[in-house]
Amino acid sequence: MSSAMTMNWPAVRAIYRFEMGRFWRTAGQSILAPVISTTLYFVVFGAAIGSRVSAVDGVPYGLFIVPGLIMLSLLTQSISNASFGIYFPRFAGTIYEILSAPISPLEVVLGFVGAAASKSILIGLIILATSALFVPLRIDHPFWMIGFLLLTAVTFSLFGFVIGLWADGFEKLQLVPLLVVTPLTFLGGSFYAIGMLPPFWHAVSLLNPVVYLISGFRWAFFGKADVNIAISLGMTALCLVICLGLVTYIFRTGYRLKS
Amino acid sequence: MPIISISQLSKTYTSGFTALRGIDLAIEPGEIFALLGPNGAGKSTLINIVCGIVTPSSGTVLVDGHDIARDYRAARRTIGLVPQELTTDAFETVLNTVSFSRGLFGLRPDPGHIERILRALSLWDKRDSRLMTLSGGMKRRVLIAKALSHEPRVLFLDEPTAGVDVELRQDMWRLVRALRQQGVTVILTTHYIEEAEEMADRIGVIRRGEIILVEEKAALMRKLGRKQLTLHLQQPITAVPPELEDYGLALAGDGRELVYTYDTRAERTGITGLLTGLAASGIRFNDLHTEQSSLEDIFVGLVREDGARA
Ligand SMILES: Nc1ncnc2c1ncn2[C@@H]1O[C@H](COP(=O)(O)OP(=O)(O)O)[C@@H](O)[C@H]1O
Ligand SMILES: [Mg+2]
Repeated sequence: MSSAMTMNWPAVRAIYRFEMGRFWRTAGQSILAPVISTTLYFVVFGAAIGSRVSAVDGVPYGLFIVPGLIMLSLLTQSISNASFGIYFPRFAGTIYEILSAPISPLEVVLGFVGAAASKSILIGLIILATSALFVPLRIDHPFWMIGFLLLTAVTFSLFGFVIGLWADGFEKLQLVPLLVVTPLTFLGGSFYAIGMLPPFWHAVSLLNPVVYLISGFRWAFFGKADVNIAISLGMTALCLVICLGLVTYIFRTGYRLKS
Repeated sequence: MPIISISQLSKTYTSGFTALRGIDLAIEPGEIFALLGPNGAGKSTLINIVCGIVTPSSGTVLVDGHDIARDYRAARRTIGLVPQELTTDAFETVLNTVSFSRGLFGLRPDPGHIERILRALSLWDKRDSRLMTLSGGMKRRVLIAKALSHEPRVLFLDEPTAGVDVELRQDMWRLVRALRQQGVTVILTTHYIEEAEEMADRIGVIRRGEIILVEEKAALMRKLGRKQLTLHLQQPITAVPPELEDYGLALAGDGRELVYTYDTRAERTGITGLLTGLAASGIRFNDLHTEQSSLEDIFVGLVREDGARA
Protein backbone atom coordinates (compact mmCIF):
# COMPACT_ATOMS: atom_id res chain seq x y z
CA MET A 1 0.00 0.00 0.00
CA SER A 2 2.28 2.70 -1.26
CA SER A 3 -0.21 5.52 -0.75
CA ALA A 4 -0.54 4.72 2.95
CA MET A 5 2.97 5.96 3.54
CA THR A 6 2.11 9.59 3.10
CA MET A 7 -0.25 10.72 5.82
CA ASN A 8 -3.26 12.77 4.85
CA TRP A 9 -2.60 15.53 7.38
CA PRO A 10 -5.10 18.01 5.92
CA ALA A 11 -7.81 15.43 6.66
CA VAL A 12 -6.65 14.97 10.24
CA ARG A 13 -6.65 18.73 10.67
CA ALA A 14 -10.10 19.04 9.06
CA ILE A 15 -11.63 16.46 11.42
CA TYR A 16 -9.84 17.92 14.42
CA ARG A 17 -10.97 21.45 13.71
CA PHE A 18 -14.48 20.32 12.92
CA GLU A 19 -14.71 18.51 16.26
CA MET A 20 -13.17 21.38 18.20
CA GLY A 21 -15.67 23.67 16.48
CA ARG A 22 -18.47 22.20 18.55
CA PHE A 23 -16.50 22.95 21.73
CA TRP A 24 -15.87 26.57 20.79
CA ARG A 25 -19.41 27.11 19.54
CA THR A 26 -20.62 26.36 23.04
CA ALA A 27 -17.51 27.76 24.69
CA GLY A 28 -19.44 29.48 27.47
CA GLN A 29 -21.13 26.27 28.43
CA SER A 30 -18.01 24.16 27.86
CA ILE A 31 -16.02 26.28 30.26
CA LEU A 32 -18.67 27.31 32.76
CA ALA A 33 -19.87 23.76 33.52
CA PRO A 34 -16.56 22.46 34.93
CA VAL A 35 -15.99 25.73 36.83
CA ILE A 36 -19.38 25.41 38.53
CA SER A 37 -19.07 21.70 39.30
CA THR A 38 -15.56 22.16 40.71
CA THR A 39 -16.78 24.96 42.90
CA LEU A 40 -19.60 22.75 44.17
CA TYR A 41 -17.20 19.94 44.96
CA PHE A 42 -15.03 22.32 46.93
CA VAL A 43 -18.00 23.69 48.83
CA VAL A 44 -19.30 20.20 49.67
CA PHE A 45 -16.17 18.11 50.05
CA GLY A 46 -13.54 20.68 50.75
CA ALA A 47 -15.38 22.94 53.16
CA ALA A 48 -18.17 20.82 54.67
CA ILE A 49 -16.51 17.41 54.86
CA GLY A 50 -12.90 18.51 54.61
CA SER A 51 -13.17 20.49 57.82
CA ARG A 52 -13.71 17.18 59.63
CA VAL A 53 -11.34 14.94 57.60
CA SER A 54 -8.50 17.40 58.08
CA ALA A 55 -5.59 15.71 56.24
CA VAL A 56 -4.84 12.57 54.21
CA ASP A 57 -1.22 11.41 54.09
CA GLY A 58 -0.29 14.81 55.42
CA VAL A 59 -2.07 16.62 52.57
CA PRO A 60 -4.97 18.92 53.56
CA TYR A 61 -8.21 17.31 52.35
CA GLY A 62 -9.22 20.23 50.13
CA LEU A 63 -5.94 19.93 48.29
CA PHE A 64 -6.01 16.13 48.36
CA ILE A 65 -9.17 15.92 46.24
CA VAL A 66 -7.80 18.12 43.40
CA PRO A 67 -6.17 15.29 41.37
CA GLY A 68 -9.25 13.09 41.87
CA LEU A 69 -11.56 15.87 40.74
CA ILE A 70 -9.53 16.42 37.60
CA MET A 71 -9.40 12.68 36.87
CA LEU A 72 -13.13 12.36 37.36
CA SER A 73 -13.80 15.00 34.71
CA LEU A 74 -10.99 13.80 32.48
CA LEU A 75 -12.47 10.30 32.30
CA THR A 76 -16.09 11.27 31.84
CA GLN A 77 -15.33 14.11 29.41
CA SER A 78 -12.95 12.03 27.30
CA ILE A 79 -15.46 9.25 26.96
CA SER A 80 -18.47 11.43 26.27
CA ASN A 81 -16.64 13.73 23.83
CA ALA A 82 -15.14 10.90 21.81
CA SER A 83 -18.19 8.64 21.84
CA PHE A 84 -20.50 11.46 20.80
CA GLY A 85 -18.00 12.69 18.20
CA ILE A 86 -18.06 9.45 16.22
CA TYR A 87 -21.58 8.34 17.10
CA PHE A 88 -23.24 11.48 15.83
CA PRO A 89 -22.06 11.26 12.20
CA ARG A 90 -23.07 7.60 12.21
CA PHE A 91 -26.48 8.55 13.51
CA ALA A 92 -26.92 11.54 11.18
CA GLY A 93 -25.49 9.75 8.15
CA THR A 94 -22.73 12.28 7.54
CA ILE A 95 -20.21 9.48 8.17
CA TYR A 96 -20.49 8.71 4.44
CA GLU A 97 -18.09 11.51 3.77
CA ILE A 98 -15.42 10.15 6.09
CA LEU A 99 -15.82 6.65 4.67
CA SER A 100 -15.52 7.82 1.07
CA ALA A 101 -12.54 10.14 1.67
CA PRO A 102 -8.93 9.07 1.15
CA ILE A 103 -8.33 8.69 4.88
CA SER A 104 -6.74 5.83 6.75
CA PRO A 105 -8.26 4.53 9.99
CA LEU A 106 -5.27 5.94 11.85
CA GLU A 107 -6.01 9.42 10.52
CA VAL A 108 -9.68 9.15 11.46
CA VAL A 109 -8.71 8.15 15.00
CA LEU A 110 -6.10 10.91 15.24
CA GLY A 111 -8.65 13.52 14.27
CA PHE A 112 -11.53 12.39 16.46
CA VAL A 113 -9.56 11.13 19.45
CA GLY A 114 -7.12 14.03 19.26
CA ALA A 115 -10.00 16.51 19.46
CA ALA A 116 -11.79 14.63 22.25
CA ALA A 117 -8.57 14.41 24.27
CA SER A 118 -7.79 18.10 23.68
CA LYS A 119 -11.21 19.09 24.97
CA SER A 120 -10.97 17.02 28.12
CA ILE A 121 -7.42 18.24 28.79
CA LEU A 122 -8.67 21.81 28.45
CA ILE A 123 -11.41 21.05 30.93
CA GLY A 124 -8.88 19.39 33.25
CA LEU A 125 -6.77 22.54 33.15
CA ILE A 126 -9.83 24.70 33.82
CA ILE A 127 -10.58 22.59 36.90
CA LEU A 128 -6.98 22.91 38.00
CA ALA A 129 -7.17 26.69 37.63
CA THR A 130 -10.50 26.84 39.46
CA SER A 131 -9.02 24.73 42.29
CA ALA A 132 -6.25 27.27 42.67
CA LEU A 133 -8.91 29.75 43.76
CA PHE A 134 -9.83 27.55 46.74
CA VAL A 135 -6.60 25.87 47.81
CA PRO A 136 -2.89 26.68 47.54
CA LEU A 137 -1.89 24.33 44.70
CA ARG A 138 1.20 22.18 44.89
CA ILE A 139 2.56 20.10 42.03
CA ASP A 140 5.74 18.19 42.90
CA HIS A 141 6.26 16.58 39.48
CA PRO A 142 4.71 18.85 36.83
CA PHE A 143 6.20 16.83 33.98
CA TRP A 144 4.56 13.63 35.23
CA MET A 145 1.36 15.50 35.98
CA ILE A 146 1.12 16.55 32.31
CA GLY A 147 2.18 13.04 31.26
CA PHE A 148 -0.63 11.35 33.21
CA LEU A 149 -3.08 13.98 32.01
CA LEU A 150 -2.22 13.27 28.37
CA LEU A 151 -2.05 9.52 28.74
CA THR A 152 -5.40 9.31 30.53
CA ALA A 153 -7.15 11.71 28.15
CA VAL A 154 -5.94 9.80 25.11
CA THR A 155 -6.70 6.38 26.58
CA PHE A 156 -10.24 7.23 27.59
CA SER A 157 -10.93 9.14 24.41
CA LEU A 158 -9.98 5.96 22.56
CA PHE A 159 -12.31 4.04 24.85
CA GLY A 160 -15.07 6.56 24.17
CA PHE A 161 -14.41 6.21 20.44
CA VAL A 162 -14.97 2.46 20.76
CA ILE A 163 -18.22 3.06 22.63
CA GLY A 164 -19.34 5.53 19.97
CA LEU A 165 -18.74 2.89 17.31
CA TRP A 166 -20.43 0.13 19.27
CA ALA A 167 -23.52 2.07 20.35
CA ASP A 168 -26.59 1.73 18.16
CA GLY A 169 -28.68 4.17 20.14
CA PHE A 170 -28.29 7.18 22.38
CA GLU A 171 -29.11 5.05 25.46
CA LYS A 172 -26.17 2.76 24.83
CA LEU A 173 -23.98 5.80 24.46
CA GLN A 174 -24.79 6.70 28.07
CA LEU A 175 -24.80 3.15 29.38
CA VAL A 176 -21.11 2.36 29.75
CA PRO A 177 -20.13 5.73 31.24
CA LEU A 178 -23.05 5.59 33.65
CA LEU A 179 -22.86 1.96 34.74
CA VAL A 180 -19.12 1.35 34.56
CA VAL A 181 -16.95 4.41 34.41
CA THR A 182 -18.59 6.73 36.93
CA PRO A 183 -18.78 4.04 39.66
CA LEU A 184 -15.21 2.95 39.00
CA THR A 185 -14.06 6.54 39.23
CA PHE A 186 -15.89 7.27 42.47
CA LEU A 187 -14.69 3.97 43.94
CA GLY A 188 -11.21 4.52 42.53
CA GLY A 189 -10.15 6.90 45.27
CA SER A 190 -11.12 10.24 43.75
CA PHE A 191 -12.07 11.51 47.19
CA TYR A 192 -10.11 9.22 49.49
CA ALA A 193 -6.90 7.22 49.63
CA ILE A 194 -7.67 3.55 49.17
CA GLY A 195 -5.29 2.89 52.03
CA MET A 196 -8.05 4.32 54.24
CA LEU A 197 -10.27 1.32 53.35
CA PRO A 198 -10.51 -1.94 55.33
CA PRO A 199 -8.13 -4.62 53.93
CA PHE A 200 -10.85 -6.49 51.99
CA TRP A 201 -12.10 -3.42 50.14
CA HIS A 202 -8.55 -2.29 49.64
CA ALA A 203 -7.80 -5.57 47.85
CA VAL A 204 -10.99 -5.29 45.77
CA SER A 205 -10.06 -1.73 44.83
CA LEU A 206 -6.83 -2.94 43.29
CA LEU A 207 -8.92 -4.65 40.58
CA ASN A 208 -10.18 -1.23 39.54
CA PRO A 209 -7.95 0.22 36.81
CA VAL A 210 -9.01 3.76 37.69
CA VAL A 211 -7.25 3.38 41.06
CA TYR A 212 -3.92 3.28 39.25
CA LEU A 213 -4.69 6.35 37.17
CA ILE A 214 -5.73 8.42 40.16
CA SER A 215 -2.91 7.15 42.32
CA GLY A 216 -0.31 7.98 39.70
CA PHE A 217 -1.82 11.37 39.04
CA ARG A 218 -1.93 12.14 42.77
CA TRP A 219 1.69 11.10 43.10
CA ALA A 220 2.58 13.68 40.45
CA PHE A 221 0.98 16.32 42.68
CA PHE A 222 2.05 15.32 46.16
CA GLY A 223 4.74 12.67 45.78
CA LYS A 224 2.46 10.26 47.66
CA ALA A 225 0.63 7.32 46.08
CA ASP A 226 -1.68 4.43 46.94
CA VAL A 227 0.27 2.10 44.71
CA ASN A 228 3.78 2.15 43.32
CA ILE A 229 4.17 4.81 40.62
CA ALA A 230 5.75 2.34 38.19
CA ILE A 231 2.72 0.07 38.52
CA SER A 232 0.44 3.05 37.98
CA LEU A 233 2.26 3.98 34.83
CA GLY A 234 2.28 0.37 33.65
CA MET A 235 -1.47 0.00 34.20
CA THR A 236 -2.22 3.28 32.44
CA ALA A 237 -0.10 2.20 29.49
CA LEU A 238 -1.85 -1.18 29.47
CA CYS A 239 -5.25 0.54 29.28
CA LEU A 240 -3.93 2.56 26.36
CA VAL A 241 -2.69 -0.52 24.54
CA ILE A 242 -5.99 -2.36 25.07
CA CYS A 243 -7.97 0.57 23.69
CA LEU A 244 -5.61 0.92 20.73
CA GLY A 245 -6.04 -2.80 20.05
CA LEU A 246 -9.82 -2.50 20.15
CA VAL A 247 -9.83 0.43 17.74
CA THR A 248 -7.45 -1.34 15.36
CA TYR A 249 -9.61 -4.45 15.42
CA ILE A 250 -12.71 -2.41 14.70
CA PHE A 251 -11.19 -0.79 11.66
CA ARG A 252 -9.75 -4.05 10.38
CA THR A 253 -13.19 -5.58 10.34
CA GLY A 254 -15.15 -2.49 9.34
CA TYR A 255 -17.35 -3.25 12.35
CA ARG A 256 -20.37 -0.94 12.62
CA LEU A 257 -18.94 1.44 10.06
CA LYS A 258 -19.53 -0.35 6.80
CA SER A 259 -22.15 -2.86 5.77
CA MET B 1 -8.55 2.64 -20.45
CA PRO B 2 -11.89 2.92 -18.68
CA ILE B 3 -11.96 5.37 -15.77
CA ILE B 4 -13.90 2.80 -13.77
CA SER B 5 -13.81 -0.92 -14.36
CA ILE B 6 -15.93 -3.21 -12.32
CA SER B 7 -15.59 -6.95 -12.66
CA GLN B 8 -17.56 -9.77 -11.14
CA LEU B 9 -18.74 -7.55 -8.32
CA SER B 10 -21.16 -9.14 -5.87
CA LYS B 11 -22.63 -8.02 -2.61
CA THR B 12 -24.54 -10.01 -0.04
CA TYR B 13 -25.51 -7.95 3.00
CA THR B 14 -25.17 -9.46 6.47
CA SER B 15 -28.94 -9.87 6.41
CA GLY B 16 -28.32 -12.52 3.75
CA PHE B 17 -29.85 -10.39 1.01
CA THR B 18 -27.90 -10.42 -2.25
CA ALA B 19 -28.04 -6.92 -3.69
CA LEU B 20 -25.51 -7.34 -6.53
CA ARG B 21 -24.73 -10.43 -8.59
CA GLY B 22 -21.57 -10.52 -10.65
CA ILE B 23 -21.62 -6.98 -12.03
CA ASP B 24 -19.28 -6.23 -14.94
CA LEU B 25 -19.18 -2.63 -16.05
CA ALA B 26 -16.72 -0.24 -17.64
CA ILE B 27 -17.22 3.53 -17.53
CA GLU B 28 -15.31 5.56 -20.11
CA PRO B 29 -13.57 8.79 -19.17
CA GLY B 30 -15.61 11.90 -19.84
CA GLU B 31 -18.94 10.24 -20.42
CA ILE B 32 -22.23 10.77 -18.67
CA PHE B 33 -23.48 7.39 -17.64
CA ALA B 34 -26.96 6.74 -16.27
CA LEU B 35 -27.64 3.72 -14.15
CA LEU B 36 -31.30 3.12 -14.62
CA GLY B 37 -33.34 0.74 -12.54
CA PRO B 38 -36.36 0.41 -10.29
CA ASN B 39 -36.16 0.92 -6.53
CA GLY B 40 -34.14 -1.74 -4.76
CA ALA B 41 -32.32 -2.80 -7.93
CA GLY B 42 -28.92 -2.23 -6.32
CA LYS B 43 -27.95 1.18 -7.74
CA SER B 44 -26.92 2.72 -4.42
CA THR B 45 -25.17 -0.45 -3.35
CA LEU B 46 -23.07 -0.37 -6.51
CA ILE B 47 -22.16 3.31 -6.08
CA ASN B 48 -21.44 2.92 -2.39
CA ILE B 49 -19.04 0.07 -3.05
CA VAL B 50 -17.11 2.08 -5.62
CA CYS B 51 -16.92 5.01 -3.17
CA GLY B 52 -15.77 2.91 -0.21
CA ILE B 53 -18.90 3.11 1.92
CA VAL B 54 -19.97 -0.50 1.48
CA THR B 55 -17.54 -3.42 1.35
CA PRO B 56 -17.97 -5.79 -1.59
CA SER B 57 -18.45 -9.52 -0.98
CA SER B 58 -16.38 -10.39 -4.05
CA GLY B 59 -15.08 -8.90 -7.25
CA THR B 60 -12.81 -5.99 -8.05
CA VAL B 61 -13.22 -2.33 -8.82
CA LEU B 62 -10.52 -0.17 -10.40
CA VAL B 63 -10.84 3.60 -10.43
CA ASP B 64 -8.44 5.15 -12.90
CA GLY B 65 -6.42 1.95 -12.60
CA HIS B 66 -6.34 2.00 -8.78
CA ASP B 67 -7.86 -0.86 -6.84
CA ILE B 68 -10.47 0.53 -4.42
CA ALA B 69 -9.23 -1.71 -1.61
CA ARG B 70 -5.46 -1.86 -2.05
CA ASP B 71 -4.96 1.64 -3.34
CA TYR B 72 -7.98 3.28 -1.77
CA ARG B 73 -6.41 6.70 -1.39
CA ALA B 74 -5.70 7.21 -5.06
CA ALA B 75 -9.04 5.67 -5.99
CA ARG B 76 -11.09 7.84 -3.64
CA ARG B 77 -9.25 11.06 -4.46
CA THR B 78 -10.58 10.68 -7.98
CA ILE B 79 -14.20 10.53 -6.86
CA GLY B 80 -16.82 12.96 -5.65
CA LEU B 81 -20.07 11.57 -4.28
CA VAL B 82 -23.47 13.15 -3.86
CA PRO B 83 -25.37 10.60 -1.80
CA GLN B 84 -29.03 9.76 -2.15
CA GLU B 85 -29.93 10.80 1.38
CA LEU B 86 -29.83 14.45 2.47
CA THR B 87 -27.37 14.25 5.33
CA THR B 88 -25.80 17.45 6.61
CA ASP B 89 -24.27 18.76 9.80
CA ALA B 90 -27.03 20.96 11.11
CA PHE B 91 -24.84 23.44 13.01
CA GLU B 92 -22.15 24.02 10.40
CA THR B 93 -22.17 26.88 7.95
CA VAL B 94 -22.20 26.27 4.22
CA LEU B 95 -18.69 27.61 3.73
CA ASN B 96 -17.26 25.57 6.60
CA THR B 97 -18.79 22.30 5.57
CA VAL B 98 -17.62 22.66 1.98
CA SER B 99 -14.10 23.63 3.09
CA PHE B 100 -14.15 20.67 5.48
CA SER B 101 -14.81 18.31 2.57
CA ARG B 102 -11.86 19.67 0.65
CA GLY B 103 -9.65 19.10 3.68
CA LEU B 104 -10.83 15.51 4.06
CA PHE B 105 -9.56 14.82 0.57
CA GLY B 106 -6.12 16.01 1.54
CA LEU B 107 -6.11 19.28 -0.35
CA ARG B 108 -4.87 22.67 0.80
CA PRO B 109 -7.55 25.30 1.29
CA ASP B 110 -8.43 27.11 -1.94
CA PRO B 111 -10.96 29.85 -1.16
CA GLY B 112 -11.12 30.84 -4.84
CA HIS B 113 -12.17 27.38 -5.94
CA ILE B 114 -14.74 27.09 -3.16
CA GLU B 115 -16.17 30.49 -4.07
CA ARG B 116 -16.53 29.47 -7.73
CA ILE B 117 -18.41 26.31 -6.75
CA LEU B 118 -20.69 28.12 -4.33
CA ARG B 119 -21.48 30.77 -6.93
CA ALA B 120 -22.16 28.14 -9.60
CA LEU B 121 -24.66 26.52 -7.25
CA SER B 122 -26.25 29.82 -6.14
CA LEU B 123 -24.98 29.22 -2.61
CA TRP B 124 -22.61 32.14 -2.28
CA ASP B 125 -25.16 34.39 -0.58
CA LYS B 126 -25.89 31.59 1.88
CA ARG B 127 -22.26 30.85 2.68
CA ASP B 128 -22.56 31.90 6.32
CA SER B 129 -25.93 30.26 6.92
CA ARG B 130 -26.17 27.25 9.15
CA LEU B 131 -27.21 24.15 7.24
CA MET B 132 -30.28 23.55 9.40
CA THR B 133 -31.75 26.84 8.19
CA LEU B 134 -31.65 25.74 4.54
CA SER B 135 -34.43 24.16 2.51
CA GLY B 136 -34.12 20.63 1.16
CA GLY B 137 -33.18 21.88 -2.29
CA MET B 138 -30.47 24.11 -0.84
CA LYS B 139 -29.09 21.23 1.19
CA ARG B 140 -28.89 19.18 -1.98
CA ARG B 141 -26.88 22.01 -3.53
CA VAL B 142 -24.56 21.96 -0.53
CA LEU B 143 -23.99 18.23 -0.97
CA ILE B 144 -23.08 18.84 -4.59
CA ALA B 145 -20.70 21.62 -3.58
CA LYS B 146 -19.07 19.30 -1.05
CA ALA B 147 -18.62 16.61 -3.68
CA LEU B 148 -17.00 19.11 -6.06
CA SER B 149 -14.80 20.76 -3.43
CA HIS B 150 -11.83 18.51 -4.12
CA GLU B 151 -12.01 18.79 -7.91
CA PRO B 152 -12.92 15.15 -8.58
CA ARG B 153 -12.51 13.61 -12.02
CA VAL B 154 -15.47 11.33 -11.47
CA LEU B 155 -18.74 12.52 -9.98
CA PHE B 156 -21.41 10.16 -8.68
CA LEU B 157 -24.92 11.53 -8.35
CA ASP B 158 -27.21 9.08 -6.58
CA GLU B 159 -30.80 9.95 -7.48
CA PRO B 160 -29.87 13.63 -7.85
CA THR B 161 -33.34 14.93 -8.61
CA ALA B 162 -35.41 12.97 -6.12
CA GLY B 163 -37.57 15.59 -4.44
CA VAL B 164 -35.87 18.47 -6.19
CA ASP B 165 -37.59 21.51 -7.70
CA VAL B 166 -37.48 22.35 -11.38
CA GLU B 167 -35.03 25.20 -10.96
CA LEU B 168 -32.49 23.04 -9.18
CA ARG B 169 -32.95 20.27 -11.68
CA GLN B 170 -32.11 22.67 -14.50
CA ASP B 171 -29.16 24.13 -12.60
CA MET B 172 -27.92 20.66 -11.96
CA TRP B 173 -28.05 19.62 -15.59
CA ARG B 174 -26.31 22.82 -16.60
CA LEU B 175 -23.61 21.98 -14.10
CA VAL B 176 -23.31 18.39 -15.28
CA ARG B 177 -22.86 19.58 -18.86
CA ALA B 178 -20.24 22.10 -17.76
CA LEU B 179 -18.42 19.36 -15.89
CA ARG B 180 -18.45 17.15 -18.94
CA GLN B 181 -16.88 19.99 -20.89
CA GLN B 182 -14.05 19.92 -18.35
CA GLY B 183 -13.64 16.21 -18.88
CA VAL B 184 -15.30 15.09 -15.66
CA THR B 185 -17.00 11.70 -15.84
CA VAL B 186 -20.51 11.74 -14.40
CA ILE B 187 -22.38 8.67 -13.23
CA LEU B 188 -25.94 9.18 -12.10
CA THR B 189 -28.58 6.80 -10.91
CA THR B 190 -32.21 7.33 -11.51
CA HIS B 191 -35.50 5.64 -11.90
CA TYR B 192 -36.78 8.62 -13.85
CA ILE B 193 -36.44 7.75 -17.47
CA GLU B 194 -36.59 11.33 -18.70
CA GLU B 195 -33.46 11.98 -16.70
CA ALA B 196 -31.48 9.21 -18.32
CA GLU B 197 -32.83 10.16 -21.72
CA GLU B 198 -32.10 13.83 -21.29
CA MET B 199 -28.65 13.59 -19.78
CA ALA B 200 -26.84 10.38 -20.50
CA ASP B 201 -24.47 9.38 -23.26
CA ARG B 202 -24.82 5.77 -22.23
CA ILE B 203 -27.36 3.95 -20.16
CA GLY B 204 -27.00 0.83 -18.07
CA VAL B 205 -30.14 -0.89 -16.91
CA ILE B 206 -29.91 -2.68 -13.60
CA ARG B 207 -32.52 -5.03 -12.29
CA ARG B 208 -32.43 -7.20 -9.19
CA GLY B 209 -28.68 -6.84 -8.79
CA GLU B 210 -27.80 -7.55 -12.39
CA ILE B 211 -26.87 -5.24 -15.22
CA ILE B 212 -29.15 -6.44 -17.93
CA LEU B 213 -27.92 -4.14 -20.64
CA VAL B 214 -25.50 -1.31 -21.31
CA GLU B 215 -25.93 0.74 -24.46
CA GLU B 216 -25.32 4.05 -26.08
CA LYS B 217 -28.54 5.93 -25.56
CA ALA B 218 -29.26 6.07 -29.27
CA ALA B 219 -28.40 2.43 -29.83
CA LEU B 220 -30.54 1.44 -26.90
CA MET B 221 -33.50 3.22 -28.41
CA ARG B 222 -32.93 1.49 -31.71
CA LYS B 223 -32.31 -1.87 -30.24
CA LEU B 224 -35.00 -2.02 -27.68
CA GLY B 225 -37.52 0.41 -29.02
CA ARG B 226 -40.97 -0.53 -29.98
CA LYS B 227 -41.93 1.17 -33.16
CA GLN B 228 -45.16 2.38 -34.63
CA LEU B 229 -45.95 2.19 -38.30
CA THR B 230 -48.63 4.62 -39.39
CA LEU B 231 -50.29 4.13 -42.73
CA HIS B 232 -52.20 7.02 -44.31
CA LEU B 233 -55.12 5.58 -46.23
CA GLN B 234 -56.44 6.82 -49.57
CA GLN B 235 -60.03 6.16 -48.46
CA PRO B 236 -61.19 6.33 -44.85
CA ILE B 237 -62.51 3.10 -43.39
CA THR B 238 -64.92 2.60 -40.47
CA ALA B 239 -63.51 -0.64 -39.07
CA VAL B 240 -60.44 -2.82 -39.33
CA PRO B 241 -61.23 -5.73 -41.66
CA PRO B 242 -61.64 -9.00 -39.68
CA GLU B 243 -58.93 -10.76 -41.70
CA LEU B 244 -56.37 -8.26 -40.26
CA GLU B 245 -57.52 -8.74 -36.66
CA ASP B 246 -54.33 -10.55 -35.58
CA TYR B 247 -52.17 -7.46 -36.15
CA GLY B 248 -53.81 -5.50 -33.34
CA LEU B 249 -54.26 -2.46 -35.58
CA ALA B 250 -55.62 0.81 -34.27
CA LEU B 251 -57.73 3.13 -36.32
CA ALA B 252 -56.91 6.81 -36.07
CA GLY B 253 -57.33 10.14 -37.85
CA ASP B 254 -61.07 9.71 -38.51
CA GLY B 255 -60.46 6.38 -40.18
CA ARG B 256 -57.73 7.75 -42.42
CA GLU B 257 -54.84 6.18 -40.47
CA LEU B 258 -54.00 2.65 -39.46
CA VAL B 259 -51.43 2.31 -36.67
CA TYR B 260 -49.39 -0.85 -36.30
CA THR B 261 -47.14 -1.35 -33.26
CA TYR B 262 -44.30 -3.82 -33.61
CA ASP B 263 -41.19 -4.88 -31.79
CA THR B 264 -37.92 -4.25 -33.55
CA ARG B 265 -36.29 -6.99 -31.48
CA ALA B 266 -38.68 -9.64 -32.71
CA GLU B 267 -37.54 -12.10 -35.35
CA ARG B 268 -40.45 -11.13 -37.54
CA THR B 269 -41.93 -7.69 -37.37
CA GLY B 270 -44.99 -8.79 -39.31
CA ILE B 271 -44.76 -5.81 -41.62
CA THR B 272 -44.56 -7.84 -44.82
CA GLY B 273 -47.56 -9.91 -43.81
CA LEU B 274 -49.52 -6.83 -42.89
CA LEU B 275 -48.83 -5.10 -46.18
CA THR B 276 -49.77 -8.22 -48.13
CA GLY B 277 -52.95 -8.51 -46.07
CA LEU B 278 -53.86 -4.90 -46.73
CA ALA B 279 -53.42 -5.36 -50.45
CA ALA B 280 -55.61 -8.47 -50.35
CA SER B 281 -58.31 -6.53 -48.51
CA GLY B 282 -58.15 -3.79 -51.08
CA ILE B 283 -56.97 -1.14 -48.67
CA ARG B 284 -54.61 1.31 -50.36
CA PHE B 285 -52.40 3.84 -48.70
CA ASN B 286 -50.59 6.88 -50.04
CA ASP B 287 -48.05 7.47 -47.28
CA LEU B 288 -46.48 5.81 -44.26
CA HIS B 289 -44.10 6.68 -41.48
CA THR B 290 -42.58 4.98 -38.48
CA GLU B 291 -42.07 6.40 -35.02
CA GLN B 292 -39.60 5.39 -32.35
CA SER B 293 -40.98 5.15 -28.85
CA SER B 294 -39.27 7.11 -26.10
CA LEU B 295 -36.84 5.61 -23.65
CA GLU B 296 -39.59 5.83 -21.11
CA ASP B 297 -41.63 3.30 -23.05
CA ILE B 298 -38.59 1.07 -23.24
CA PHE B 299 -38.19 1.21 -19.52
CA VAL B 300 -41.83 0.60 -18.82
CA GLY B 301 -41.45 -2.42 -21.08
CA LEU B 302 -38.53 -3.64 -19.00
CA VAL B 303 -40.34 -3.18 -15.75
CA ARG B 304 -43.40 -4.95 -17.08
CA GLU B 305 -41.20 -7.77 -18.27
CA ASP B 306 -39.72 -7.83 -14.80
CA GLY B 307 -43.15 -8.10 -13.23
CA ALA B 308 -44.20 -10.80 -15.63
CA ARG B 309 -41.23 -12.98 -14.76
CA ALA B 310 -41.41 -12.44 -11.02
N1 LIG C 1 -27.47 -2.36 4.73
C1 LIG C 1 -28.32 -3.19 4.10
N2 LIG C 1 -28.62 -4.39 4.64
C2 LIG C 1 -29.46 -5.23 4.01
N3 LIG C 1 -30.06 -4.98 2.83
C3 LIG C 1 -29.80 -3.81 2.24
C4 LIG C 1 -28.92 -2.85 2.85
N4 LIG C 1 -28.84 -1.77 2.03
C5 LIG C 1 -29.64 -2.05 0.99
N5 LIG C 1 -30.22 -3.27 1.10
C6 LIG C 1 -31.12 -3.91 0.14
O1 LIG C 1 -30.46 -4.09 -1.08
C7 LIG C 1 -31.32 -3.83 -2.18
C8 LIG C 1 -30.71 -2.79 -3.08
O2 LIG C 1 -30.72 -1.54 -2.40
P1 LIG C 1 -30.16 -0.24 -3.08
O3 LIG C 1 -28.80 -0.51 -3.56
O4 LIG C 1 -30.34 0.86 -2.12
O5 LIG C 1 -31.17 -0.09 -4.31
P2 LIG C 1 -31.49 1.18 -5.21
O6 LIG C 1 -30.50 2.25 -4.89
O7 LIG C 1 -31.39 0.69 -6.61
O8 LIG C 1 -32.88 1.59 -4.87
C9 LIG C 1 -32.66 -3.42 -1.58
O9 LIG C 1 -33.52 -4.53 -1.60
C10 LIG C 1 -32.32 -3.03 -0.17
O10 LIG C 1 -33.39 -3.33 0.69
MG1 LIG D 1 -30.71 4.10 -4.14
